[in-house]
Parts: sequence; C-alpha cells; structure tokens
Amino acid sequence: MTAVAGLLARRRGRALRVLPLIEIGMLLVALVTPFVLGERTALVTLATNVLILSMLAISFDLCWGMSGIMSFGQALFFGVAGYVIALVGRDLEFSHIWGTLPLAAVTGFLLAGLLGAFLLLGRRTPTVIFVALGTLTGSYAAERLVSGWQYVGAGNGLSSVKLLQAGSYEFVEGVEFYFLALGVLLLVYIAARILKGSQLGLVLAGMRQNEERLAFFGYRVQLFKALVFAQAGAVAGIAGALYSYHQGFIGPGNMGPGLSTTAVLYCLFGGTGTLIGPVIGTAAVEVITYLLADIDAIKRIWPILLGLVLLAVVMFQPKGILGIFVSDRERIGSYGVRTEGQE
Amino acid sequence: MALLEVRNVGKSFGTLRALDGIDVTVEPGTFHGLIGPNGSGKSTLLKAIAGAHFPDSGSIIFNGRDITAATPYERSRAGLSLKFQITAVLPELSVYDNVLLALQSGESLWSLLRSRSRKILHGDIMTALDRFRLADRADDLAGELSHGQQQWLEIAMALAPRPRLLLLDEPTGGMSPEERRVTGELLQPIRSHCALVIVEHDLDFIKDICDHLTVLDQGKVLDDGTVAQIAQSRRVQEVYTSRV
Repeated sequence: MTAVAGLLARRRGRALRVLPLIEIGMLLVALVTPFVLGERTALVTLATNVLILSMLAISFDLCWGMSGIMSFGQALFFGVAGYVIALVGRDLEFSHIWGTLPLAAVTGFLLAGLLGAFLLLGRRTPTVIFVALGTLTGSYAAERLVSGWQYVGAGNGLSSVKLLQAGSYEFVEGVEFYFLALGVLLLVYIAARILKGSQLGLVLAGMRQNEERLAFFGYRVQLFKALVFAQAGAVAGIAGALYSYHQGFIGPGNMGPGLSTTAVLYCLFGGTGTLIGPVIGTAAVEVITYLLADIDAIKRIWPILLGLVLLAVVMFQPKGILGIFVSDRERIGSYGVRTEGQE
Repeated sequence: MALLEVRNVGKSFGTLRALDGIDVTVEPGTFHGLIGPNGSGKSTLLKAIAGAHFPDSGSIIFNGRDITAATPYERSRAGLSLKFQITAVLPELSVYDNVLLALQSGESLWSLLRSRSRKILHGDIMTALDRFRLADRADDLAGELSHGQQQWLEIAMALAPRPRLLLLDEPTGGMSPEERRVTGELLQPIRSHCALVIVEHDLDFIKDICDHLTVLDQGKVLDDGTVAQIAQSRRVQEVYTSRV
C-alpha cells in the first residue's frame, strides 16, 4: 500500500471509502465533457470511443481483477459481436437498438461461454498460463479466420455499418451517441458493481486468492469462473456492437490480440479489481495516445513513448493509478453485515 | 456403520509408493489420529480422503457412499471438510468474511447474487469466531492474524458448514505450547456432531485428544488401535525409537 493510500485508509483502523468519491467525480466529468468539448467533433468522437472501450476494459476486469481469469481474448467477443450486428444490418436491414444490443450481449455471452467451457471446465484445474494462452489463441485464430473470409469483407472488414436506430431516430456520431454510450456504460458499471458487492462477489474475491481452498469448501470454482467469463463476454459484446455502430466499421483487428492486449493495459494502467480503474485507464491511455500522435516533433516515435509510459506504470505502480489512492482493503471490499454496519 | 472406510488404498508418485494397501476405519464421533515418521504417507492419505489426490487403487467409502473418484466439491457437499497443512485462510479478506465464505458455500448462485443470507448468517459467524477466540479480530484482515490465530480461523472455517468429518493436517504446526493446549480445548466440543481425522507430529497433543490411532510407516499401516494400545505397541516403539 502506498503512503497516500495508507493515509487515506486508516480511520480508527477502518477503511475510508475513496472509490465512491472517484466514481462520482468520473461521472460528473463524463456528464460535462461533451458540453466542454462543444463543436470539436473529433474530440467528442474520441470521448465516445473512450466510453465504449471502457466497457471492454471492464469486461477484462471482471475476468482478471475480480475472478482471477487471465483473458487475453476479450477482443474476440468484442469483434465477433461487432461483426454480427454489422451483418444483421447489411443482410437483414435491421439495426434497432432493442434488438441488436441484446443480440450482441447474447453473442458475446454464448461465445465466451463456449470458450470458457472448453478452457475452464475440464477435470483438472486449468493454470493461469493455460487460460491466457487459450484465450489469446482464440483471439488470434478469429482474426486470421475473418481476414480470409470474403463474406465478412476479409481483410477490409465491413464498412458502412447501418446506423443504430431507436424507433425512427438514428444515432449518428456526436453528442447523442456519446450519451447513449455513457448510458450503456453506466448500466454495465452498475451491474458489475452489484455483482462485486454481492455474496457472489465474495466468492470471486476468494477464488482469486486461493481457488483450491474454495473448492474444498464445496464451491464449484470452475463453473463460477466459466459463468463470470461468459458474463464478461456479454459486456465485451455490447461494447463491440456500439463500436461497430459508432465507427461505421468493424475489421479483423477489432477481434485480434492487439486489442485484447490493449484492454489488459487499460486495466493495469488504471488499477485492476476496482471497476472504475479500467475506465480511468482507458481514458488515460486513449488521451495520451491522441495527444502524442498530434505532436509533430514526436509523431514517428509516439508508440514507443506510450509503451515506455505503460511499462513504467506496470513496473513501478503495479496496482495502477488508483493504487495510489485506494487501499487494498477497499479494492477487495468487505461483504459482511457487521463491517457494513460499522462503516 | 463406519463413517469412513479406506479400503486397500494405494497411491504412487512416479516410482515412489506413497500409500500401499492402506485400510483405515473411522467411527462417527471419534477423534482418529494418523501418526508416523516423516514420509510415512500421513498427509498423502489425508489428501486422498479429501480429494486432493486420487488413489491408484482401492476405495474410499464415506457415509456409505463411494467417494473414491469424487471431486473435492462433491466430497465437501457430502460432509467432508479439510484444513490444509499450510494455512490457507484468504489473507486479503477480513476474518469475518473468511467465515462467511465458508458458511455460504452451500448456497445457489442466484442466492449468492441476491445476497439474501448475509444477515441470516451473521449470528453463526460471530458464534464461530467467538468459539475460536477471534470475535474481537472480526474486522481485521486474515493476513494480519498471528500464525496460531490463522490456524484457528481455518479450523473455524472448516467447521462452519457443519461437516460430519473434519480432516486436520498438522493443525498445531508452528503454535506455542499454550496455543496447542487451547486448540485441543477448542476441538473437544465438536465431538457431538463431527468426527475428526488428524495428522500431527506432536504426539502429546495427539494422545490428549484422540480416541484411536493409526500408525503409518513407509506407506503402510504399521499398527492400529486405541491410544493405550498404540502406546504399548512394540512395533510402533521400534519405528519411533529408530527413526524419530
């Protein structure tokens, strides 16, 4: 625990809750952002992308930060769902929000459930490395498969994705889409927060620390993991659909190891296991990327600089930016009524 | 009917024959000790009963049901509970939450998501912590407890789901003499509803709390009987005087 976190964490030996303050602060920032940005549409687009990619980062946090499942394949569910809604729009002329977003969630859920069943539900407990490589392979294989499949646009991907509709209203890139993405992100965030704070969240916190111990308590650890993995897949799927509608494009790179690894970096940068950390990490990485890429003097070397920044954070602040302010105790949470009542 | 029957169980690790035709019977309500020199197979046998290892041969019958191939999850649901040799509390969770985690293990996924039972379980959690002298540490992180207190917490967690058989692997390892004495006292009240199989190097502790002993040597049962019988056993004395 850092000195700042230690200072903030002790109040008669009990945790001072910092996370809700950060969450409220982030919500306020998100609510005023489009008004501050005004007519600068490129920046509104960037902010909307941050919201959408935050969902991808949260999906990874559900896996690793909350449940100890090291997934290097979250982009697989993101990309496949993005393709599915793009194809539904192209071939069925359907892009209604009440149909396509649930479809994207179901697609992500089923695909992740299938992969999770294969990777996690064997008789022997899978190692972290096995799951990491399995998910990475899935993401890579899907990218290669799509790159050579003409029906889905092969290497060019699918462009001119039909606009997302709500009744006769069409969501185009801009402030309206921003608030739609913010609304969906809020729903996803609240659902993840409820899960984390529930008794099921306690099981996940225990699993992450010592899954063998939990198995001997009588928990079906691998089944729990597979279900959380599938749920995280649904979140990634929703994000993929929004991304596809927002960009008007989905391509092989949107389901490959590159984006999967970026989601991991978002989380590590912001702070895993906190839910809000991945959102902060996504915003930080995307804004730094945008700023560095726009400076003439370093236009050619900005990816190296970004890489160095990320490396520095992961090496010297492994609990991410939030680790400076949030104690381990608060990050992991307390679940009993006794502790709740006393805080 | 015996609560646990280990019948002709064998287990090898490569060329090492860790268990070789082991037979052990545990009656309900008894405290059964497994003793023997280092490497005699005590912990391996305990792990085979708990489901951490699967035997190569033989069978394990618990409460009339063959659990030889059952997973730890299935064994736990059947009423078996294990305390590991190396303390396995969850250090980043509070002492209170460790016990809650153990107590709620029988609930469905949906029930856990709705968090309906945490208020109901509060009394049981505090009773368990009180019994193991941990009530005043309920809000502390489990990792902040002393080694002895972590051992007690893990025993409290293992007992929380009210198992019919508790397996303890060296519960007093690293404890002070006073903590060992208290551990013996804390275990006595469970006799009414739970049998105990205990692996322990401290023979004084074993003699104080156990009714029945099985002595293992080189993966085989050397002798089996009451504490008094084992104390008189020449074969056991030979092994202990020659190797311990």
